[in-house]
Amino acid sequence: MKKLYILLDNKILFLIIIAICLASLLKPWLLINGILIGSLYSLGAIGLSLIYGNLKFANMAHGDFMTLSAYVALTLMMFLFPNSENSASVGPFTFKYELLLVIPLAVIIIGLMATVFDKLIFKKLRTLNATSAAIALCSLGLAVGLRGLIQFIWGTDSRSFPRESKLFWDLPFRIKIPPDMFFCAVVAVIIATIFYLVLFKTTLGKAIRATSDNPDLARITGINTDRIILYIWFIGGILAATAGILISVQQALITPVMGWKILIPLFASVIVGGIGNPIGALMGGILIGITGELATGWINPSYKPAVYFFVLLIVLLLRPNGILGNKGRQF
Amino acid sequence: MDSILYFFIGFLIMSGIYSVFTVGLNIHWGQTGLFNIGIASFFLLGAYTAAIFSSPSPSLAKYEEYLWGGNLSQLTFFGIDIWFPIILLLSAFICVLVAIPLSMITIRLKEDYLALVTLGLAETLRIVFVNETWLANGTRGMYSIPRPFDYINIGNYDYIYFVVVAVTLLLVYLIAQRATNSPWGRVLRGIKDNENTMISSGKNVLKFKVEAFAFGAGIMGVGGALFTHGKRFVDPITFEPMLATFIIWSMLMVGGSGNNKGAIFGSFLMWGIWTFTQFLPGFLSDANLRFVFVGLIIVIFQLYKPQGIIPAK
Repeated sequence: MKKLYILLDNKILFLIIIAICLASLLKPWLLINGILIGSLYSLGAIGLSLIYGNLKFANMAHGDFMTLSAYVALTLMMFLFPNSENSASVGPFTFKYELLLVIPLAVIIIGLMATVFDKLIFKKLRTLNATSAAIALCSLGLAVGLRGLIQFIWGTDSRSFPRESKLFWDLPFRIKIPPDMFFCAVVAVIIATIFYLVLFKTTLGKAIRATSDNPDLARITGINTDRIILYIWFIGGILAATAGILISVQQALITPVMGWKILIPLFASVIVGGIGNPIGALMGGILIGITGELATGWINPSYKPAVYFFVLLIVLLLRPNGILGNKGRQF
Repeated sequence: MDSILYFFIGFLIMSGIYSVFTVGLNIHWGQTGLFNIGIASFFLLGAYTAAIFSSPSPSLAKYEEYLWGGNLSQLTFFGIDIWFPIILLLSAFICVLVAIPLSMITIRLKEDYLALVTLGLAETLRIVFVNETWLANGTRGMYSIPRPFDYINIGNYDYIYFVVVAVTLLLVYLIAQRATNSPWGRVLRGIKDNENTMISSGKNVLKFKVEAFAFGAGIMGVGGALFTHGKRFVDPITFEPMLATFIIWSMLMVGGSGNNKGAIFGSFLMWGIWTFTQFLPGFLSDANLRFVFVGLIIVIFQLYKPQGIIPAK
């Protein structure tokens, strides 16, 4: 009830929420699509929010972790299962069952890679006491380098996982759901729940929250903060990688720029939810997904990135600490 | 022999144009510490302002769909192209107009937010110019953009444009240098080093930051206009972030953030590396390896030599 009050005490915000509700009543199929896409955004946004909240910088390389994960999964699949083009696909979904075996492997590779990047780059910056903009600039350099590497190894053309065309699910109210999208959304929700349980129910989660709150105090109480930061990178990498693979499954397309293009909605979700607030990021991701999809009902769909940008601007104008305000801080 | 000379002149022109951007970025990052990763947005605004205002009205025979061309290029004074400096100022003005509200929204918040907003602006503007064909011909791009001093005939126009770029770069450098060494510039450096000291000495830090952002954006607009009149062609694909944002960052990191001379040196060095690595044998000339190189340059310089090759005094 208190949270509801926080949401409603700003009149402009209230009007925007009313507008979103009205729009989704008029075109409910867009709302459903928005929720499904938004759940993927929120998976990426949770990882981004974790790193932003704990290490206090905007990680521009997050999107490229996502792209890289999709390419790593593709390569693993072609390397481990060269015949996957001909094998059966899973149930009503378009992807082959080998993909399910490859995903955990690719995800762990990206997670480990994120920790390696921390050891190589970000650890030194922390010891230098660099400003958050300087660290973000470094992550930008990392993003550019990763994208170059991806294009060098896999080429600039778009690729896709081996797939088989399937019918969409037809539901009432002109709602059409591609089965893949539903699968991706369910996986995203499961991963987000696991992450939530790890963060709030385990000792590791407690240590992460303590480190984020006050690193010096955490160190005094015997928490090995360096190791916790490695865990944070590992978890952030895992969340990014899962989101990257799921998005490429859902779009049936892997391109070198997809991670970069998704940065704006991800950062918008993080800021909407409040930096460092995993539940906020989840809500923010779904809100951003819904807004983007609903907007396509009335304006040219290619303006979707512009819609995300305007949502970001409005949030920065009205609620720079996120729609839940300072009270929503969790880490 | 001539072709090598032409190539070299073309290289100098591009380096000079990039130097203008780097000087603008130096005002943002090197002097004030403003994290702008949407250089492409001011590049685009400057370039399109110049293209739209200098082009004549569209003709259907050339499949031009845009509605309005300013045709400023007819404006001459005793045979001297005074329209060119007017166009440069106009481009700078439009960039300043966009930069002020944008920075006012974000600069009062965390320093990273400016990066996110500029990034979004670059992407948004590019989409707008792709979709709104009435504005500037969409993806087909605008071509045959008038050039200054086109009537002087000495064989290769690039020689003339080289002089134009050199003079503009010199002016931009002098203005930037003047601003940096003024009390205003000292306040900016103070903000970068320690914002709280500046607040406690009674400076309106927010106002100074907005001014610095607008000033740098204006310089970037001039760079965009120079680019358009040099290439004579502008389309939205030019403003992909790689060549319009990241490489400029690497130029500033190499040359020395906080030093205008270093910024210019960095652009010549990086554009030299970017241009001449394409003659390397085998896979080394792959354009994507140059991307990796640009990324590595940013990271390595930030880690080991954040002052760059020519550090600020």
